[in-house]
Amino acid sequence: MFRIGVDVGGTNTDAVVMQGDAILSGVKSPTTEDVMGGVVDAVERALSDAAITADAVTAVMIGTTHFTNAVVERRHLARTAALRLCLPAAQCLPPMVDWPDDIKGAVGGQFWMAKGGNEFDGRAISSLDMAELDGIAAEIGAAGITSVAITSVFSPVSDEMERTAMARLAERLPGVDFTLSSEIGRLGILERENAAIMNASLRALSERTVDAFGRALHKVGLTCPYYITQNDGTLMSREFVQSYPVLTFASGPTNSMRGAAFLSGKSDAIVVDVGGTTTDVGALVKGFPRPASTTVDVGGVRTNFRMPDVFAIGLGGGTIVQGDGETLKVGPQSVGYRLTTEALVFGGATLTASDVAVGLGLADFGDKGAIAGLNPAHLTAVKARIDEMLTNAVERMRVSPDPIPVLAVGGGSILVPDHVGGLPVIRPDHFSVANAVGAAIGQISGEVDRIFSLESKSREDALSEARQEATDKAIAAGAKPDSIELLDQEDVPLAYLPGNATRIRLKVVGEMNG
Amino acid sequence: MDKITQITRADMVDAALGGAFLGTGGGGDPYIGRLMAEQAIDASGPVPVIDVDSLDDDALIVPVAMMGAPTVMLEKLPRGDEAIGTLRSLEAVLGRKADAVFCIEAGGLNSTIPIAVAATAGLPIVDGDGMGRAFPELQMVSMTMFDVHACPMAMADEKGNALVLNAVDNLSTEKFARAITVEMGGAGLIALYPMSGAQAKRAILRGSLSLIVSIGRIIRREQAANRNPAERLAADLGGMRLFEGRVTDVDRRTEGGFARGRATFEGLDSYQGQTFTLQFQNEFLMAETEDGTARAMTPDLICLLDLETGEPITTEQMAYGYRVIIFGLPCDPKWRSNHGLQLVGPGYFGYATEYQPIEDLNKSD
Repeated sequence: MFRIGVDVGGTNTDAVVMQGDAILSGVKSPTTEDVMGGVVDAVERALSDAAITADAVTAVMIGTTHFTNAVVERRHLARTAALRLCLPAAQCLPPMVDWPDDIKGAVGGQFWMAKGGNEFDGRAISSLDMAELDGIAAEIGAAGITSVAITSVFSPVSDEMERTAMARLAERLPGVDFTLSSEIGRLGILERENAAIMNASLRALSERTVDAFGRALHKVGLTCPYYITQNDGTLMSREFVQSYPVLTFASGPTNSMRGAAFLSGKSDAIVVDVGGTTTDVGALVKGFPRPASTTVDVGGVRTNFRMPDVFAIGLGGGTIVQGDGETLKVGPQSVGYRLTTEALVFGGATLTASDVAVGLGLADFGDKGAIAGLNPAHLTAVKARIDEMLTNAVERMRVSPDPIPVLAVGGGSILVPDHVGGLPVIRPDHFSVANAVGAAIGQISGEVDRIFSLESKSREDALSEARQEATDKAIAAGAKPDSIELLDQEDVPLAYLPGNATRIRLKVVGEMNG
Repeated sequence: MDKITQITRADMVDAALGGAFLGTGGGGDPYIGRLMAEQAIDASGPVPVIDVDSLDDDALIVPVAMMGAPTVMLEKLPRGDEAIGTLRSLEAVLGRKADAVFCIEAGGLNSTIPIAVAATAGLPIVDGDGMGRAFPELQMVSMTMFDVHACPMAMADEKGNALVLNAVDNLSTEKFARAITVEMGGAGLIALYPMSGAQAKRAILRGSLSLIVSIGRIIRREQAANRNPAERLAADLGGMRLFEGRVTDVDRRTEGGFARGRATFEGLDSYQGQTFTLQFQNEFLMAETEDGTARAMTPDLICLLDLETGEPITTEQMAYGYRVIIFGLPCDPKWRSNHGLQLVGPGYFGYATEYQPIEDLNKSD
């Protein structure tokens, strides 16, 4: 029973081979523009280091920050039509009203508001107007937009209008992708609509990326199922992630924190994950990433996903160092995956944080001769600035005076000093591939999302029935029964249905067998 | 606490934060109100904030507000011109223009909607409110204690339905208006309690807008210094920490035009092993330990803060797993009078218990 965990970051692609709790191998490889090359290289080397063949592997788990990065960097986003079914309500704050201009521009910023939507009790605000929808379809078609996000008022209570509008538009817009807000979000129209629009703008990239993963694994000879990790540390199937790429948001920090907890055996700690471009600082509380409480910004866009509370700073192995003295500037720009061609120690012409680490003897790679001419006082000043940035970030995430350890993980964690803000730093074994380990230990989930009648049973009984159903699903999907825990539950009373109906959404998670 | 003299776009972050805090879980999503007020200020400029004493005794002051279940406003956003429409229709009934706008409550959406209306109407807003917090029903204002009538009252929804109500007293106004908001889809915009300057000088709670903005500033300043704002808020406002824990259950219903329910918490750190419950009707009304001992009750303020950031959490945001501080604050002394307790005490909400001040319930032995 061998598992492979893969982490596709902006700079590096890491892979680990695990057997039960044992890590047999862990390797890093540069991420390639096509994603595929990096995955093939990392997985091939991880298999050969572990001395096993591809046919012995039972599952591959992939974590990727590809989609989050696309939003943060405003790259590869498809032009998207936002359709809100609401009129005459909700005109005061139109779709994307509070988005930063650059990301609004990247997705085209085009929206339509149409008649439709429901009241809280299921009554229609107004009926769908098919002629109006046909007109909107014609405009979307004429604009050449191929991805549409549909959001209807109170769609978590009734998704019928979203579905009917999709069917109507699909007839007139063949080949267009649709995202329905009711499938990815909860109550709170602005946040749910934001998530739906971002998801729609990522659909094309998701198709390409998931396809690249499949081809890469096929090329290495892996025929077992593969999964992609979600923001809550659970696994999604290939088909699911193609339709809902937005659910991978923040899976990177989740994987690195869960990986760090697993590798160090610590359950309460601050985790500092230094990558090539950014450093994510998060907190582990009783073995789980501390969740952000209410709303979370992704690339400046407000969402209500459940995500780990992470503070990110522009510091990594590829971070560009400019100026000196008063003009010294460390980041946030990075050479990213071009580190191995642009850094001084690799024969390039850009001074990076990695060059500084090599120059100070903290790391040993590349050509040391290339940095022999640098002023040692300058290197020390740069390192002092880096330490200060890390201390500030750790202090920000630290919420108790308890002397909990700092777990330094990620390829760039050579930059982390032995103490940060007075806290001892632990570098667990395999620290540089903690993300891939976190992916490999991705959890199996069981979900229930359906309507229960409270006519003949209490709400408590309905919740425990739903929990049992979700638990059975998780076990059937391969979770260890004694490891199953409740992750999330929510119930929305549906006043419009007879029989005291309520919609229960509930999710349990457990460790994968084997 | 500094008196403010105007509200600019930049002040809206603090106004929304402070409004969420005094909203005691209710009053709606202040983020939506903030966006609406920012749009209005962008279009029409900052809003002057005036002391009630600067108004002539015969000036006309009109509160505007959202009425209904806050959960509804999270989904069904306003069309945009309903609130100013209610002000205009009340002016038409009274046959004169308003001289200033007013907040009926110092919480959530209703502390920000009047700012948007004042900006659009080009009117100043009075530094004060009718509750010193948020309450679920419209007769629960200090004006009721001073015989100011809620009617004539104007109501409007996004579909264009507009009504003017004349009920015999403020409780009847609440009952009729509530039934109408349910028909309007659970929420509507209202303008009511038209007051003269002389009435307002007697009947309102003063300084509420300044208080809201300064609470918002405290929360942001403490967050910037990586401290939980609870300590500072307790020290500056005379409040106290009642419990720390995580949400294990939220039982929520939208009924009779309100969001009602109960939330259960299990203790963390020094509260490990204990459970705690909050009951709400739009706002948090009753805080109890597991054996049913009350630790705070209406009209004292019960606020929910994020355990890590100190950000206020509303009843509709509250969800399984959130880690929170339950924070209590004494109410304005006007509410502790007999008349005040008749309006907003535990008895009015159907709790069998006599009102006990939060200070007495949490005496250290």
